Amino acid sequence: MGILLTKEIDNTVHDPTRPHELITGGQTFTSVTDHICGIVERPGAPKAWWISIGITASLAAVMFAMIAYLIFTGVGVWGLNNPVGWGWAIVNFVFWVGIGHAGTLISAILFLLRQKWRTSINRFAEAMTIFAVICAGIFPGIHVGRVWVVWWLFPLPNYQAMWPNFRSPLLWDVFAVGTYATVSLLFWYTGMVPDLATLRDRATSKVRKIAYGFFALGWRGSNRHWHRYEKAYLLLAGLATPLVLSVHSVVSFDFATAQVPGWHTTIFPPYFVAGAIFSGFAMVMTCLIPARRVFNLQNFITLYHLETMAKIILATGTMVGYAYATEFFIAWYGGNPAEQFAFVNRAFGPYAWAYWTMVSCNVISPQFFWFKKIRTNPWSLLVITIFVNIGMWFERFVITVTSLSRDFLPSSWGYYQPTIVDILTFVGSFGLFFTLVLLFVRFLPMIAMAEVKTVMPQQHWENKTARPVGDYHGTNPE
Amino acid sequence: MANDNDTTTGRELYGYLAEFSVPGDLLDAAEKVRDAGYENWDCHTPFPLHGLDHAMGVKGTKLPLIVLVGGLAGLTLAGLMQWWMNAVDYPFMISGKPYFGVPAAVPVMFELTVLLSALTTFFGMWGLNKLPQHHHPLFNSTRFKRATADRFFISIEARDPRFHLEKTRELLESLNPDALETVED
Repeated sequence: MGILLTKEIDNTVHDPTRPHELITGGQTFTSVTDHICGIVERPGAPKAWWISIGITASLAAVMFAMIAYLIFTGVGVWGLNNPVGWGWAIVNFVFWVGIGHAGTLISAILFLLRQKWRTSINRFAEAMTIFAVICAGIFPGIHVGRVWVVWWLFPLPNYQAMWPNFRSPLLWDVFAVGTYATVSLLFWYTGMVPDLATLRDRATSKVRKIAYGFFALGWRGSNRHWHRYEKAYLLLAGLATPLVLSVHSVVSFDFATAQVPGWHTTIFPPYFVAGAIFSGFAMVMTCLIPARRVFNLQNFITLYHLETMAKIILATGTMVGYAYATEFFIAWYGGNPAEQFAFVNRAFGPYAWAYWTMVSCNVISPQFFWFKKIRTNPWSLLVITIFVNIGMWFERFVITVTSLSRDFLPSSWGYYQPTIVDILTFVGSFGLFFTLVLLFVRFLPMIAMAEVKTVMPQQHWENKTARPVGDYHGTNPE
Repeated sequence: MANDNDTTTGRELYGYLAEFSVPGDLLDAAEKVRDAGYENWDCHTPFPLHGLDHAMGVKGTKLPLIVLVGGLAGLTLAGLMQWWMNAVDYPFMISGKPYFGVPAAVPVMFELTVLLSALTTFFGMWGLNKLPQHHHPLFNSTRFKRATADRFFISIEARDPRFHLEKTRELLESLNPDALETVED
């Protein structure tokens, strides 16, 4: 990479007489291709990449060791007890599934809403979605106890001639998360094929030619192909839009259809979805802010992109805060003593520390985004989004554990504490997640080049005969 | 590798390949090729170019219809599967719920509708595009490597009924391309 430092360009203020500059620094189609491909074509990874992947892969190895220990010994190695039968494994599952939501929101919903800024970040966010769903899928898989019969989750013929119970939300979850993972993968891969073809055509070594060539499927930029490709992309976006809203709704059914006080509430589906988007965007920012610095992507992921994501975090964070308040109001207004106790216990009971950690991180910290200075400073964005990640993990902890530890029968109350196996498995899941992210940024184009080129002004006006075409009504942006 | 207009290598002529550096020029050129009545020709761009479908006269795709069939198949399959498994083949009573009730079946019906639609979209699109394809004559051209980066191309195939070694070349030359070459297979 030739560029050593890129200055931050403030494109957050939009002059309505000129087309908004989403990609800054006077980029051309050639410079976009060179910059994004240059990152993965660079011979030999930088030392920092090796050190990072060394750490994250070790953590992932710790997780797999813990899982092996769990399978050989049994779920007793976790801190689960009676009455708290759902501990960190379920908390981590809900946390990781939630992280994935930003990717699909950016790739599908913002596509249908014609939000052009999404093109700079959709590839990265979709990759994160897939990695997060992989991390999420591990936890319920190992939580079932007898891991070797986990295939009973699927409606497959078996020697006992029995079928799964489709009236159970836990089974709906299998289908919801399975569909979500599949559709996200198809969407991500479909979007990447033209960029893989770019890498194939630029490849100099035989290994790269074969590897990228295989996955590029013989793509040759044919407009007759683009025509169907764009239709397919639109269809996938249309399908993924209700899907992303449904996944966390179905996850919330796991809780909401139970009778445990604090779980049995109708607000759960929208509240879970808002929280998922909130946490997902926070994780996108936490990963992208260092990445744009390390790979000099400030002209592609501009301050405008960061500010817009901060606004979404502010909006969804406020929704989450509103949902917390509504839960309390309904608990009081509903007049059910068990429900009222559950909520008072959340805020002032033995897990009050977790509750107030959650409120501080999720409700208070995003409110700083009302200030433009904070919204456009990468450092403050990084700090606040890390707080949001912490807060959203605690939200799932508070919902799962406080409700179970104090249910209807005081004689069976208990206090849940994680064991070292719980902690190392969770920390290790971050290792797996970041290992996959690091492999992604090293070998795949982390910005959707073909899509970024469609939002560059050149594609609309640059023409030898100066015929204005496209959306800019003849204004020449230069 | 094809040299300009060199068809004496003994290999079969695939067609002409004209290169443009600016998207606007490709749009103008595509309109002229379309109006000349060619059928077996194509444009190649690094990104989907707004307005090119119209300039080329590309007809709509039947992909959405195929996806509709896939989605309906998913919906039907999910309904039948849940009914047959829980109410016919292996009925068991739990929490006093009916063996089969539509509300409890809705989530899986929705998920399988989306899943089969998405799979149909994915495989249908590649199938209609006749991809993956191991080899294509255009890949013999070195210039064509930039079709996925920053250049815009028109290819006219020799098998087109209107293709004529001289006249087609004259048409393409009149479009003022940056480069014009023959491609052989």
